[in-house]
Amino acid sequence: MKRFEYSRANTPEQAATSASATDASFIAGGTNLLDLMKLEIETPIKLVDITRLELEQVETTSDGGLRIGTLVTNSDLAAHPDVIANYPVLSRAILAGATGQLRNKATTGGNFLQRTRCYYFYQTDSPCNKREPGSGCPAINGENRTLAILGTSEACIAQHPSDMAVAMRLLGATVETIKSDGSTRKIAIEDFYCLPKDTPHIETVLETGELITHVVLPAPIKGMHTYDKVRDRASYAFALVSCAAIIDADDKGSLTTVRLAFGGIGTEPWRNEDVEALLTDTDGNNDVITQAADLLLKEAKGSGQNDFKIPLTRRLLKQVIQRALAGEGA
Amino acid sequence: MSTLTLTINQQEYQFDVLDTRTTLLDVCRQHLQITGPKKGCDHGQCGACTMLINGRRVNSCLTLAVMHDGDEITTIEGIGMPETLSELQQAFKDNDAFQCGYCTPGQICSATALIEEVKQQWPSHVTTDLQNPNGLLVQEIAERMSGNICRCSAYPNIIKAISQVLENQPTQQATTSTDHSAQSPTITGIWSPPPSETQLGSPSANNKNNTASSTSGGRS
Repeated sequence: MKRFEYSRANTPEQAATSASATDASFIAGGTNLLDLMKLEIETPIKLVDITRLELEQVETTSDGGLRIGTLVTNSDLAAHPDVIANYPVLSRAILAGATGQLRNKATTGGNFLQRTRCYYFYQTDSPCNKREPGSGCPAINGENRTLAILGTSEACIAQHPSDMAVAMRLLGATVETIKSDGSTRKIAIEDFYCLPKDTPHIETVLETGELITHVVLPAPIKGMHTYDKVRDRASYAFALVSCAAIIDADDKGSLTTVRLAFGGIGTEPWRNEDVEALLTDTDGNNDVITQAADLLLKEAKGSGQNDFKIPLTRRLLKQVIQRALAGEGA
Repeated sequence: MSTLTLTINQQEYQFDVLDTRTTLLDVCRQHLQITGPKKGCDHGQCGACTMLINGRRVNSCLTLAVMHDGDEITTIEGIGMPETLSELQQAFKDNDAFQCGYCTPGQICSATALIEEVKQQWPSHVTTDLQNPNGLLVQEIAERMSGNICRCSAYPNIIKAISQVLENQPTQQATTSTDHSAQSPTITGIWSPPPSETQLGSPSANNKNNTASSTSGGRS
């Protein structure tokens, strides 16, 4: 690990100011950052410890939503009574990721910012456009079984690893931040991540020194909340394909609410509202599900080993819709 | 930096000069000769380094010592020594829940926290009803212990040891969180993700009355 200067922030403003230098980094749970620092993939010269900030609360907002402090751990968020009762898809998604030990450390803000698990990103003797811009992408013609099929570019096909962020995308979360000049802003989750294009090292719209302070969820959405995760082992593995869903149907079997977000297949948490619109007000028959899957995967591009994710996503979509319509599990 | 004080197993240790890069695991093993916690992978993947910080289990290889002044840190030595074994340590012995023993300190620290999490009604990935998890189920224990790898594959007996202690706990299904926040009747979060007994390959004597339904294979 490279040497770094360590300081502890007492206020969000102080944290953002302290981290305004390039190569400074915030640290909270640190479970991904320290892993990457040991491998010298991340080499901050300055670490600003934000764990003592008063950002550990979950509050109800005036419109019936939730405002989650960035330091709320994944464990606490998944077990929070309001999340379990009104946003069970978020609990499910968080619990599908990592382990008890990691969820105890991992924070809400940090989970949004975890880096890809593309093998080449981790392998420092290999080129990687995300780790070393311009060096090339061996994954496109290499080991790419776990990598993305949507949102990819010539420069990068790395998948976004988070389960939590998929549920946040589904729920339409808003990220609140403070910048190093003291100003604050709200970023809708759909605007938060950047597609790789020719700059895969830029993953979010956050500026240098900009600190996530809260994540706001809008009022709950009624329906059946589910999170399905297909992976290589039953626990503690990243998604090959995952699907967060909120589905509701009327008593005639017509879909009144369809919200879907996918993990494991995109370079960012993936939601396509046209797919949801196509399914809404239908009876979710095989033909319409096929059309929806066609639309979802229209731009999908396999790179060889990960071609299987295309039919796997189709099957998962079908299962999620049909299971909800059958009322199974309710 | 100024003096750092770490509280480990209820004893205070002061450091005037400590490289900021030092992990909590390395402080214990290299600086304090508290060698119960083991270094397996040093990347948070194996769980051999598991300790409790303020009662919660964490991977001590993935946290910096400088971040933990004022926290209450417990290693396997603080859970029990040979003459003062905790109930769980005794259960590991009784059930032959290890072979080489390298992962065992981490397994026991992890399971000690697991018992507390079950008492607090924390759900897990395999919980059918998020508001009423049944932490006694074998699939629940397996899922909740997935952050601790055992190279000797003593898993069946590790689960037996944990089950034995869980079953001896005072009633844990007594209270639910429903008094805090009732589930809206229009939002359903109950479904059936748990893997089947067959998938787990471990018969359980403790769950014959459970109702957790299993899914067809392939989904986890």
